Amino acid sequence: MLTNNRERKSIRAEYGKTLVELGRINPDIVVLDADLSCSTQTAMFGKEFPERFFNMGISEQDMMATAVGLSTVGKIPFASTFSMFAAGRAWDQIRNSICYPKFNVKIVATHGGITVGEDGASHQALEDISIMRSIPNMMVVVPADCAETAEVIKFAAEYKGPMYIRIARTNVPDVFDRATYKFNPTKAVIISEGMDVTLVTNGETLAEAIDCVEILKEQGVSAELIHLPVVKPLDTETLVQSAKKTKKVVTIENHSIIGGVGSAVCETLCEYAPTSVLRIGTNDEFGQSGEQRKLMEFYGLTGEKLAEKVMNFLGKK
Amino acid sequence: MTELNEKEIREIREFAKEIRKNIVEMIYTAKSGHPGGNLSAVEILSTLYLKCMNHFPDWDKNPQFKTRDRLILSKGHASACLYSVLAHCGYFPVEELKTFRQLGSRLQGHPSVKHLKGIEVSTGSLGQGLSIACGVALGLKLDKIDSNVFVYIGDGELQEGSVWEGVMNASHNKLDNLIAFIDKNNLQIDGKTDDIKCMTPLDSKFLSFGWDCIEIDGHNPSEIYDAVQKAKQNNKPTAIIANTVKGKGVSFMENNAGWHGKAPNKDEFALAMEELNK
Repeated sequence: MLTNNRERKSIRAEYGKTLVELGRINPDIVVLDADLSCSTQTAMFGKEFPERFFNMGISEQDMMATAVGLSTVGKIPFASTFSMFAAGRAWDQIRNSICYPKFNVKIVATHGGITVGEDGASHQALEDISIMRSIPNMMVVVPADCAETAEVIKFAAEYKGPMYIRIARTNVPDVFDRATYKFNPTKAVIISEGMDVTLVTNGETLAEAIDCVEILKEQGVSAELIHLPVVKPLDTETLVQSAKKTKKVVTIENHSIIGGVGSAVCETLCEYAPTSVLRIGTNDEFGQSGEQRKLMEFYGLTGEKLAEKVMNFLGKK
Repeated sequence: MTELNEKEIREIREFAKEIRKNIVEMIYTAKSGHPGGNLSAVEILSTLYLKCMNHFPDWDKNPQFKTRDRLILSKGHASACLYSVLAHCGYFPVEELKTFRQLGSRLQGHPSVKHLKGIEVSTGSLGQGLSIACGVALGLKLDKIDSNVFVYIGDGELQEGSVWEGVMNASHNKLDNLIAFIDKNNLQIDGKTDDIKCMTPLDSKFLSFGWDCIEIDGHNPSEIYDAVQKAKQNNKPTAIIANTVKGKGVSFMENNAGWHGKAPNKDEFALAMEELNK
């Protein structure tokens, strides 16, 4: 399932390529973008299928509502822009026109989290998972690498109902082996088993968490790592089992600690297996400009920084 | 181009009279709703469903279902009017109108596609219907289906900026299968639209955005019908600006913003029904 070849690749390019593949086999796939098609990489689809590609201009609300209309005649719309504008600008359209009637619209939002980088806080969506997760009927998925992104996009084309898929701007290391990894929308993925602490993450922080597990191992801590690509609906069973075993949980996300993976995990654990939880993410604050890697370090999301925080949490430092 | 004959006009007027009574009864029974904006929509929705739209009360059981004309009620608070028209067209029993806005009813306060056949999309939060209609119109064109998409928008609703995103969408994509009715009753909850955020003149706005524009009396079935016939032949999206009277048909509700979202009490109900039964 896992690969040792940690080559960094563009998830966005993978998204674009997968859309083109899907477009070739399914004439109902249509793609919408809001003047960011070169960044989201939906332009690849637009080049091959211009009649099924709609650049809506800088009009995210129009894009989401147009996607609704297209879905009512049996099309499978993928609507893309940056996470900030997809989730933020068009929230009412997503809630009332997509999710309430449960229309088959797929929102693939790129540039999620602080790793947007130099553009700074105005473009760094740190609340999108929170505000998408709270809408009934919405499925929320944060894939970790290229192989998983391809799987998730293919799943989205088959699944009937609204989805919010958040992908990163950054090139991320491969985690999964393309030949053997199969995305399961109902199951969290246990990346490594451990006894002392459970780490829960998804998206681009999965690779960092894998590094963190290695560092912890060197320091004599056995960490169980759970990858949670589907934030909603949540795989409660896997989380509860692990929490009952390790009795300490750390959540890691490129998102605010309010409303995202940390909150989702706490909500379910306090109901089924009350456990001490450390939430790592941005702490009710806006982001800022900077080089991606430096931002990851500043906000404590690199493998090393994560390991320090986990050791502190476990009272070992 | 055909025109409505006298008999057809009479038929629409009789139908509209029933719809008005239903609206007032429904809102009175529910003790809530929006009399003003429902009563201003009566002739337009009646004429559309009786004479202009190719539609199927047996809904998706009809083999021609995919080729139906669509109506998107962007001003979803005119739900009582739409429900009453659908019921009288045979979509569901007229008796069911009594359940409007009650717990468990298919007739939600604002239209919900998951609750009731005949409803195309869910609306209620203003400013979204036009863009949805654009998406439907685009989809029909992709499938080479020659149906029309009607969208019904309030004049106050035009203050939502998202409407104008849809206006640009329609002209950019040359959606000649799209016809927008603007229910210009000149009032919104807090008062006169011109006082609150003036949108006048409307016709030049639509024309400058690349639409065609037709202005009519929104309570005159012939003018409604003729405008739709013209709009269907247009090679552009068409805005039909329908001058209407908010609360039309009930004297004390007419042109009174206070009746936007208020149910009549027992005496007011009796008075309204007396007028509507005349």
